Amino acid sequence: MSVRHALLALLEQGPRYGYQLRADFEARTGTTWPLNVGQVYTTLSRLERDGLVDAEGDDGEGHQVYRITPSGRAEVAAWFSRPVARTQPPRDELAIKLAIAVTIPGIDVGTVIQQQRSATISALQDYTRLKRDVDGADRPDLAWSLVLDSLVFGAEAEVRWLDHCEARIRRHARAARPDETSPAESTTPKALR
Amino acid sequence: MSTAALELREVSRVHGSGPTEVHALRGVSLRVDPGELVAVMGPSGSGKSSLLTLAGGLDRPTAGSVLVDGTALETLGQAARARLRRTSVGYVFQSYNLIPALTAVENVALPRELDGRRPAAARRDALAALAAVGVEDLARRFPDDMSGGQQQRVAIARAVVGERRLILLDEPTGALDTDTGEEVLRLVRARCDAGVAGVLVTHEARHAAWADRVVFLRDGVMVDETGRDRPDVLLGRTTS
Repeated sequence: MSVRHALLALLEQGPRYGYQLRADFEARTGTTWPLNVGQVYTTLSRLERDGLVDAEGDDGEGHQVYRITPSGRAEVAAWFSRPVARTQPPRDELAIKLAIAVTIPGIDVGTVIQQQRSATISALQDYTRLKRDVDGADRPDLAWSLVLDSLVFGAEAEVRWLDHCEARIRRHARAARPDETSPAESTTPKALR
Repeated sequence: MSTAALELREVSRVHGSGPTEVHALRGVSLRVDPGELVAVMGPSGSGKSSLLTLAGGLDRPTAGSVLVDGTALETLGQAARARLRRTSVGYVFQSYNLIPALTAVENVALPRELDGRRPAAARRDALAALAAVGVEDLARRFPDDMSGGQQQRVAIARAVVGERRLILLDEPTGALDTDTGEEVLRLVRARCDAGVAGVLVTHEARHAAWADRVVFLRDGVMVDETGRDRPDVLLGRTTS
């Protein structure tokens, strides 16, 4: 995740110090990806080293204030104008787990899938509750609401994929054992053997 | 313990017999309390619709017992069962099933008139139900002059009009776009928060997520359940 670019984009709104940047970031993303302030200051010193921000000095209360430079602004513009790279899919533990599970005898893939579905729908219930709170507020927070939507869509896609996996495994099991008529038994991966 | 709005006790439903026997439900138990929304998920053929028709008294179980508001449906004669079904249970379907020749308020008032209310009182009840779902301004419109989302809101008003405390929803968002579907769920949720018990059959996870509990059916068996007594830990959110 590009914390670096997010902080730089926030600095485009005006000079800030570390704690302010963290608060701004978390206000928009609802602490979905919590930042510690050390991480913020490390990022700021790298941005300074790369000439994208200048340290402006003390604000009078002991806070080191940073200001974006012209090359920093160019970097922000470039960030918004290029898509986030998908060439290298992020490592997906669930996809890896199922890929391994279907090839190992004795693993109950049906149960692995159901446990995950249940956990993911529980998460989806949490997101939905949060969304009701956000959208029902006097001044709905658009940024946080959109982040929640992203989490909702992600969880929903995962459940759909799990449904799809289950259906395909059942079909596969039926094809492998055409004489087997009890559908209840085909949920167990042993039928895959 | 208070009376459950709906209780299924070890309910089974078998269609046919011998080699063509189909077990639609096998020993399913489920309790839904007033104010609770329960979602039922499962692939087609898993028994979702059977569960709903049995819960609503539209079909009878082969074994087990279905209780609506504490009354076991199998102990009632046909007429009493029909009356309980009419007065206590509201249905919402994917196709809104409004009567095209009647206005919104007439559609919602109809079940109240069948309850035995006088027309003027039934109309008052209907207007209150329409107001509760935020569409009192549609009262004089005919179904053909309403959008799908508006028709579904009227259908929900019809399902909760009067004393109805149990609402059964069969894929109520199936014919609606995502945003409208969400509005309908928001409405169902609000009715449940106001004390109605709801059972929602859906194959969409995002809609099931509005429920307090989600139960999963596979081949007529309830295999899993989420959302009971969950701690309020969300996303590891901190208060700092």
